[in-house]
Amino acid sequence: MSGPTELLLEVRGLAVHYGGIRAVKGLDLEVREGEVVCLIGANGAGKTTTLRALAGLAPSTGSIRYAGSEIAALPVHRRARLGIALVPEGRGIFPRLTVAENLDMGAYTRNDRVGISEDLERVYGLFPRLKERQAQTGGTLSGGEQQMLAIARALMGRPRLLLLDEPSMGLAPLAVEKIFETIRLIAAQGMTLLLVEQNARLALAASRRGYVLEGGRIVHQDQAPALLASPRVRAAYLGA
Amino acid sequence: MDVLLQQILNGLILGSLYAMVALGYTMVYGILELINFAHGEIVMLGAMVAVSVLALLTALGVPVPLALLAALTAAVAVCVATGVLVERVAYRPLRNAPRLAPLITAIGVSIVLQNLAMIFWGRQYLSFPPVLDIQIYEFAGATITNVQILIVAVAAVTMGGLLLLVQRTRLGRAMRATAQNREVAGLMGVDVNRVIAATFAVGSALAAVAGLLIAAYYGIAHYNMGFILGLKAFSAAVLGGIGNIPGALLGGLLLGVIESLGAGYIGDLTGGFLGSHYQDIFAFFILILVLIFRPSGLLGERVADRA
Ligand SMILES: Nc1ncnc2c1ncn2[C@@H]1O[C@H](COP(=O)(O)OP(=O)(O)O)[C@@H](O)[C@H]1O
Ligand SMILES: [Mg+2]
Repeated sequence: MSGPTELLLEVRGLAVHYGGIRAVKGLDLEVREGEVVCLIGANGAGKTTTLRALAGLAPSTGSIRYAGSEIAALPVHRRARLGIALVPEGRGIFPRLTVAENLDMGAYTRNDRVGISEDLERVYGLFPRLKERQAQTGGTLSGGEQQMLAIARALMGRPRLLLLDEPSMGLAPLAVEKIFETIRLIAAQGMTLLLVEQNARLALAASRRGYVLEGGRIVHQDQAPALLASPRVRAAYLGA
Repeated sequence: MDVLLQQILNGLILGSLYAMVALGYTMVYGILELINFAHGEIVMLGAMVAVSVLALLTALGVPVPLALLAALTAAVAVCVATGVLVERVAYRPLRNAPRLAPLITAIGVSIVLQNLAMIFWGRQYLSFPPVLDIQIYEFAGATITNVQILIVAVAAVTMGGLLLLVQRTRLGRAMRATAQNREVAGLMGVDVNRVIAATFAVGSALAAVAGLLIAAYYGIAHYNMGFILGLKAFSAAVLGGIGNIPGALLGGLLLGVIESLGAGYIGDLTGGFLGSHYQDIFAFFILILVLIFRPSGLLGERVADRA
């Protein structure tokens, strides 16, 4: 153990391939308890694949240590039960379940009724729009509302590590604003976050540290302000 | 006697049996997009086991209600075990294979189960023991027997139970979530393999009850009864919209009524050329029409709605 807070996630030599295509080629990263870390990179760099491997959706090799134990061999639902929540790219709303049922699914592994209803009030407080729409099916929501629902649903599981894959993708500027405001709020309340974004400026502004992914490898890592100031990062990802 | 009313009544009774079987097809399709062609054989197993146990126990002098209950329990146990085993052994290894592979496997499983039944029970018809004193009631010019009433009542209670399970329980919610997005269900902590196994178990339990009722309805069971029955129930599921549970109910009832009316009037319609034993053609005629004109079925969602 090193540093002031404990390592929650420690990844060593993570590799994923799809048939002959190597999408992630031996990647190391770590996230401390309570930290917000982002993973930035161009389209196709391997960001989604990395998060899917961490959640157990993509078969991978290498070591994934989480909360002190090796989880690389565990199936997806066991990792979920350990407190790893992924808000997937494209949001993954259950289209024919209502908003309330989607949120219920987020709490699937829990049976503390009181805690669940407290958390339900909490996420309705974060996203009042969802409360208004609780009886509507997920498929009828707008893109921004679906993203809110996906984040709220993940929070309903009381995760210890929240993985967010491109929460701003395909949303109107106002909705992006709202989503990132909520992300900062959740982070301020102490949630540990690993955030993937193509919108590097937004992601770095919300994070403490960042990794830059290129062609399935980490090519750069630093504190977020340093990355924001780095000429290389500015040229490649910040359009400056 | 009011012939029209009588035909509709008969159709609804038959249709409630089709609906129970159609539910098994539609639930598995909803969760795996697999047409489980072996499902008709599960119904056959239920019928054969129920009739055998009932015959044995009544011959031993066991009271009828107890014998019926034991026959039902045995049928459910055998069907659930078989359905779950088939999923585990034949379908799960092909979960990510091209869709043709599990489909052909399903046909293979169906042939295997039919042959096993033939080896075990032989080729003769098993007759449902005459344990129930048939009473005939008459109303509004149509007749119905106590056995038919019992069949409809059991079918209604069983299917009502299924709807409650799917709509109101944690398992039901996990089933619906898994059907809509299997990966995300896993992310929620759902053990998807267990939910799929549970879906086969529930569908097979329904098939077992249906098998017993069908044997009671026709008075016989036979090792190859599952084939045509399976095709009809599949047609009913497609008619209602495959993957859609209320659709299977509606499709089953409608098919029963259409078949019954068709059988009643086919002689008149064809000037006596075709007799009522041609009633089986209606299911397939409807299947073809639905596939041409409304492939999503009566209540099915458009494909775009699926996640
Ligand atoms: N299911 C898949 N099958 C084959 N190749 C894939 C699949 N998913 C992603 N890839 C490939 O893996 C690489 C990384 O993709 P991805 O992780 O989605 O990148 P990012 O999220 O950074 O845009 C890309 O080259 C992509 O084409
Ligand atoms: Mg991506």
